[in-house]
Amino acid sequence: MYAQQVKSTGARVKSLEEMDAQERAFQERIDAGIKIEPKDWMPEGYRKTLIRQISQHAHSEIVGQLPEGNWITSAPTLDRKAILIAKVQDEAGHGLYLYCAAETLGVSRDQMTKDLLSGKAKYSSIFNYPTLTWADIGAIGWLVDGAAIMNQVPLQRCSFGPYSRAMIRVCKEESFHQRQGYDIMMKLCDGTVEQKEMAQDALNRWWWPSLMMFGPSDNDSVHSAQSMAWKIKQDSNDELRQKFVDQTVPQADYLGLKPPDPDIKWNEARGAYDFGEVDWEEFFRVVKGGGPCNKERLAARNKAWDDGAWFRDGLMAYAATRDARKVAAE
Amino acid sequence: MSNEWPLWEVFIRGQHGLSHRHVGSLHAPDAEMAVNNARDVYTRRNEGVSIWVARAVDITASAPGDKGPLFEPANSKIYRHPTFFDIPDEVGKM
Repeated sequence: MYAQQVKSTGARVKSLEEMDAQERAFQERIDAGIKIEPKDWMPEGYRKTLIRQISQHAHSEIVGQLPEGNWITSAPTLDRKAILIAKVQDEAGHGLYLYCAAETLGVSRDQMTKDLLSGKAKYSSIFNYPTLTWADIGAIGWLVDGAAIMNQVPLQRCSFGPYSRAMIRVCKEESFHQRQGYDIMMKLCDGTVEQKEMAQDALNRWWWPSLMMFGPSDNDSVHSAQSMAWKIKQDSNDELRQKFVDQTVPQADYLGLKPPDPDIKWNEARGAYDFGEVDWEEFFRVVKGGGPCNKERLAARNKAWDDGAWFRDGLMAYAATRDARKVAAE
Repeated sequence: MSNEWPLWEVFIRGQHGLSHRHVGSLHAPDAEMAVNNARDVYTRRNEGVSIWVARAVDITASAPGDKGPLFEPANSKIYRHPTFFDIPDEVGKM
């Protein structure tokens, strides 16, 4: 999940009888599947939770450009380079759709940027891992975008209209990302022994961080109940993680690769794969800033913002002068 | 961080013959840059043949609370739909 640590109100979910008339009408609309639009009345908790979730999601798209951007100048062919540029450009676009959706809730773009740059706002832990080889670009498309799709498909039905519409656009484009990643993996697995080893090594390093993308285990997921009642979240973290494992293990088999988990075993009774426990200590460490690339990622975003300041201000000054001249001429 | 670019609403004509539809919004310093940015953000896959941009502050919207007075009067006027009138089959296509 691109928004792994969304704090909701922290309070128990109220029953319809405990709500005042306005809040009850709001909850009944959500229960009836009617979308909430920006100008509609909404509880403060709903607004705040959505701002946190959508902005975390947007920040993840933006920071997510960095690990892949790392390989644009080193892509093995011109075709691969053009495809990777298009993919990274899509991520920028996804970030922008999401920032706009969050802005309809009354938070400004600059405020969200400020919160990212200061380290106050979170983004997905997955982007704090380094891309060491070209195979990592394949693994990211296949696993990271695969996990993102799993999470984003249900979000298309989110109760908040602008978020739901942004997700519909994102999902349409996301499938290209996963397929281009798998295509890279197929090519490597069809190649030399060294190339196949490179693919296996990338799977080894990206497997567990990808499972962490779905967020903490349901037992530790304190903010889920309210988000589910508000239909901001549709499936539990563990349900989505299981779905991802069930989908991905056969895809690894096809490539002739093995996920780095000795406990993966088909469970006939459950009709699903059993798998080992995620290292939650690592997850919380990376979320809190202790991952291999947290500092590097934030430094890169800060540098881009600072280096671009003269350009942003210059364009505004130019627009203002031109408008003033136009008025003077009239 | 005070000098934030203004917000623009973006409308795209998907194909010739269709009307422009609202697709989303973006920030840009002026109209020309808004069109350029809209090209990159909203038409990376041939989604359009024409772009309109308008400053978000210049758009006046109806309030959700006005939904009743604005739209309910139309509910009772079902005679505005052609299917309200029964025309005998003998008359032919009408």
